[in-house]
Amino acid sequence: MLADKDRIFTNLYGQGDWGLEGARSRGAWVGTKEFIDSGRDWITNEVKASGLRGRGGAGFPTALKWTFMPKVNDGRPHYLLVNADESEPGTCKDREILRHDPHHLVEGCLLAARAMDAHLAFIYVRGEFIRERQHLERAVEEAYEARLIGKDNIHGWDLDIIVHHGAGAYICGEETALMESLEGKKGQPRLKPPFPAGMGVYGNPTTVNNVESIAVVPEILRRSGAWFASIGRANNTGTKLMCVSGHVNRPATFEEAMGESFKDIIEKHCGGVRGGWDNLLAVIPGGASVPCVTGEKIQNAIVDFDGLREVGSSMGTAAIIVMDKSTDIIKAIWRLSAFYKHESCGQCTPCREGTGWMMRVMERMVEGRAQKREIDMLFEVTKQIEGHTICALGDAAAWPIQGLIRNFRHVIEARIDQYTYSSTSDGAVPSIAAE
Amino acid sequence: MANIKVDGQLVEVPDYYTLMQAAEAAGAEIPRFCYHERLSVAGNCRMCLVEVKGGPPKPQASCAMSVKDLRPGPNGEPPEMFTNTPMVKKAREGVMEFLLINHPLDCPICDQGGECDLQDQAMAYGVDKNRFAENKRAVEDKYIGPLVKTSMNRCIHCTRCVRFTTEVAGIAEMGLLGRGEDAEITTYLEKALSSELQGNVIDLCPVGALTSKPYAFNARPWELTKTESIDVMDAVGSAIRVDSRGREVMRVLPRINEAINEEWISDKTRFIWDGLKSQRLDRPYVRKNKKLGATTWDDAFQTVAKALKKPGARIGAIAGDLAGAEELYALKALLASLGSGNVDARPAGSGLSPANGRASYIFNPTIAGIEQADAILLIGTNPRREAAVLNARIRKVWRATGLPIGLIGENADLTYTVQHLGNGSDSLADLAASQGSFAELWAKAKKPLVIVGEGAATADVLAAAAKLATANAEIEADWNGFAVLHNAAARVGALDVGFVPAKGAADTAAMLAGGVDVLFLVGADEVDMSQLGDTLVVYIGTHGDNGAHRADVILPGAAYTEKSATYVNTEGRVQVTNRAVFPPGDAKEDWAIIRALSAVVGQPLAFNSLAQLRAAMYVEFPHLARIDAIAEGKAADIAKLAKTSPKGKKAAFVSPVADFYLSNPIARASAVMGESAALAAGLRQAAE
Repeated sequence: MLADKDRIFTNLYGQGDWGLEGARSRGAWVGTKEFIDSGRDWITNEVKASGLRGRGGAGFPTALKWTFMPKVNDGRPHYLLVNADESEPGTCKDREILRHDPHHLVEGCLLAARAMDAHLAFIYVRGEFIRERQHLERAVEEAYEARLIGKDNIHGWDLDIIVHHGAGAYICGEETALMESLEGKKGQPRLKPPFPAGMGVYGNPTTVNNVESIAVVPEILRRSGAWFASIGRANNTGTKLMCVSGHVNRPATFEEAMGESFKDIIEKHCGGVRGGWDNLLAVIPGGASVPCVTGEKIQNAIVDFDGLREVGSSMGTAAIIVMDKSTDIIKAIWRLSAFYKHESCGQCTPCREGTGWMMRVMERMVEGRAQKREIDMLFEVTKQIEGHTICALGDAAAWPIQGLIRNFRHVIEARIDQYTYSSTSDGAVPSIAAE
Repeated sequence: MANIKVDGQLVEVPDYYTLMQAAEAAGAEIPRFCYHERLSVAGNCRMCLVEVKGGPPKPQASCAMSVKDLRPGPNGEPPEMFTNTPMVKKAREGVMEFLLINHPLDCPICDQGGECDLQDQAMAYGVDKNRFAENKRAVEDKYIGPLVKTSMNRCIHCTRCVRFTTEVAGIAEMGLLGRGEDAEITTYLEKALSSELQGNVIDLCPVGALTSKPYAFNARPWELTKTESIDVMDAVGSAIRVDSRGREVMRVLPRINEAINEEWISDKTRFIWDGLKSQRLDRPYVRKNKKLGATTWDDAFQTVAKALKKPGARIGAIAGDLAGAEELYALKALLASLGSGNVDARPAGSGLSPANGRASYIFNPTIAGIEQADAILLIGTNPRREAAVLNARIRKVWRATGLPIGLIGENADLTYTVQHLGNGSDSLADLAASQGSFAELWAKAKKPLVIVGEGAATADVLAAAAKLATANAEIEADWNGFAVLHNAAARVGALDVGFVPAKGAADTAAMLAGGVDVLFLVGADEVDMSQLGDTLVVYIGTHGDNGAHRADVILPGAAYTEKSATYVNTEGRVQVTNRAVFPPGDAKEDWAIIRALSAVVGQPLAFNSLAQLRAAMYVEFPHLARIDAIAEGKAADIAKLAKTSPKGKKAAFVSPVADFYLSNPIARASAVMGESAALAAGLRQAAE
């Protein structure tokens, strides 16, 4: 388990001062100039050595992403775009950084901007985050006042930070839709290629990073990449903010090392599953968009990118949704389907038409008002959406249902049977959904 | 150039090609809905998915990915794509199923039936089973004006209409509102579209969501006879297809002609057809006791002949906007045989003259050549009203290069940014004297384009324009940037056959002032007839419009869809219309009327058929024989014109086309055009 000394977000619970003074007392903004002076390649290499993988869900190596930015400036400005549009159901980690440790992010922006030759960073904050934005804006102001950032700052690398407030659409968390929204257009994902590193915000090279990915960078540089790499398993290094919600005794957001077992994490931070481990039905281990895993399979699973892939799911944002046996798992997944149907941008065909179709079939399955062959059909529909869309929202809408069918097919079938049995002799079929 | 293997077949294509273009180069067909060659790439229908080797393990949209985005194989083998693998087949079937689940089974009552992309592609790439057990989505129909009918249940959200209106037509009035499956195409406030090119969204719509309102439920595509022809609503000469059933024109569609209209036509071109059926002159009339009465051809001819044969009768002829070159050639010959040279095809006061060389009255750089220009000056013209399709071409080059465009004349929203330099000849003189910021830009232009509108084409303006088109030293040697934008289809053809006054003869102004005793009007309705006095007016035309009201004898002619006639467009391109239907009633083709009259007068013309007429005309004007070609004007003529300095009056320039929708007799007879005009004038509330 993660030792206290290895924690990066030391004010995660907001017990200390989130302002500049407090952040400084916890070690922020120390040695920053030295890192800047060490240059672009040193920062990138150090982050590469740390093995940091993107914390937004896909787990793409952060340093590698930075190296996609043009090496030689062709006259266009480079931009860093921080994705603080945290809207994945179950995920509540970035908001803690924004609220309680904003200077980690501001300092991270400066260092990351140096690593990609950017002099302007945008932070796109989710529309519903009000206090978070206020804290972040204050932190940016403080940094300007203390000449930590801005023109001719004490670190010798000019950086302006623009905090932008979104309007509250889930799809705007997709990196290209984020850029469209930032530019003042309708939040619809762009086609890739061209990739943001070549043509991003206003057509200029842009790197989009998650809040957490950027906020851990200063500590990685201060304590060295090797330190970060020493935590967790190979290829799954470092610490991670995790947010556990659902049927545990104490739902919480906390920082933990990667590579710990699921059971240990829940026991240590959340006081175990409500009603004991035998009462565990299923877990969605990475935010709403990843497939659910059965209770038996997840208990001894390792919580990191590779460990969760082995149990047929993925790490995502490490938003762990725990469901005990009181859960109507079909209804729970239906609720996610309804979410994705509501948040589909409507641009491309499979997602626009498919999310509504899936939700409606799921709606009937919640009651059991379906045919068993429709389970296979539903699975096939998810496969017709997955991988055929412009952005990953189609995939995200398909995976929870795939997880449900893979792991809980018997529950769906039992529900259908029950519905059929409950039909009265004259063929009228009463609803059993509302219990 | 790049090599790529398409389904195992190696092809070499330019590296900026998309996978779709590469597949087409290799002969592989790729279905698509949202992709359109002339619009930006949206990539949202997902019908064109293909499999690529070396890329991610999922199908890729071939319309959006270019050949250079693919990586070569490990040993430098060319990248590979497949259009016939199980993955591609499954992807197409999947997308087709998604498109169809919410698409109504309207085909039997849908006007798009028989020419529907969705129908065709569902047959080719869909599956024959329906697994969708839910209710279909219902979407309210939107009002977007009197021309385009919507049936939004059928919409597949390809956004072609949105992209067309914003990119080509230049109006940001359509959009995709809402999100997810609730997304709807609308004009936001159910407001009518304000574009003159809006009808093109009907052709662009791959399904029956946007169809032609006037044509609704009138015909099925397979029962129509298609006749390829040329439009005469403006001087652009757009390529059209006239669809007819029996004796009726049912609709007009564009044909592709890259040199002229690409594949767009204006709303006037498209929706004019109801005007061909109303207000028609279908039998001869003679005015007796101040009242026009129907009569026979013989009686009408005798009346005219009597007047012509009166000793000392002064005879004249004015050509209208829609007259073909053949009838003008014949009429000119008839008048010549009667000893008169009083013929004119130009509006009063026009400085256009064949004497200055052909270059002085045509659009020398050609319409396609607009795209090469690096600065444009519009003088006394509103191309949006006078030549909507040509205006889209100017917008296209403006969008691509952002070139400076100056405007002298009435300021107007032309769908691109113009620098308004002034209203009239004063401002032109200032520019010629190199005053102002636009003059600086102009001096740097390598391919400056001066477009003179017909309404401003007086001798002094033409000379000044020629100076501006040739003045600066930077101009490339082979560039002739002097362009006259006509607004009447007949004009260039008339100037080509020399339908202008002989030396010392009366011109339009003189004839209209009562300078002749017998005046032929060949479809001339746009002239001021109030000063004619007791002139005997012989009107040869198609519609009961201004000319017919004043006429003493009406000889009913054939409209452009009812005859084969030669029209020369503003570029000087010779084109020929084809007969789609017959003229109504007793109406005859115009050249035949003139030939018959000549016999009655006793001066029979030397041709008995259209072929003989054309043979004679081609001998005299050989360039008219070269259909679809332009006899280039001589640059030296422009240089010569630039050296002249005729005196002119100081005046503000006014576009001759006051109302786009009502610029000719056919349009004024059309109820659809009338409704559009009223709407455009704000006389009617758009909202229903």
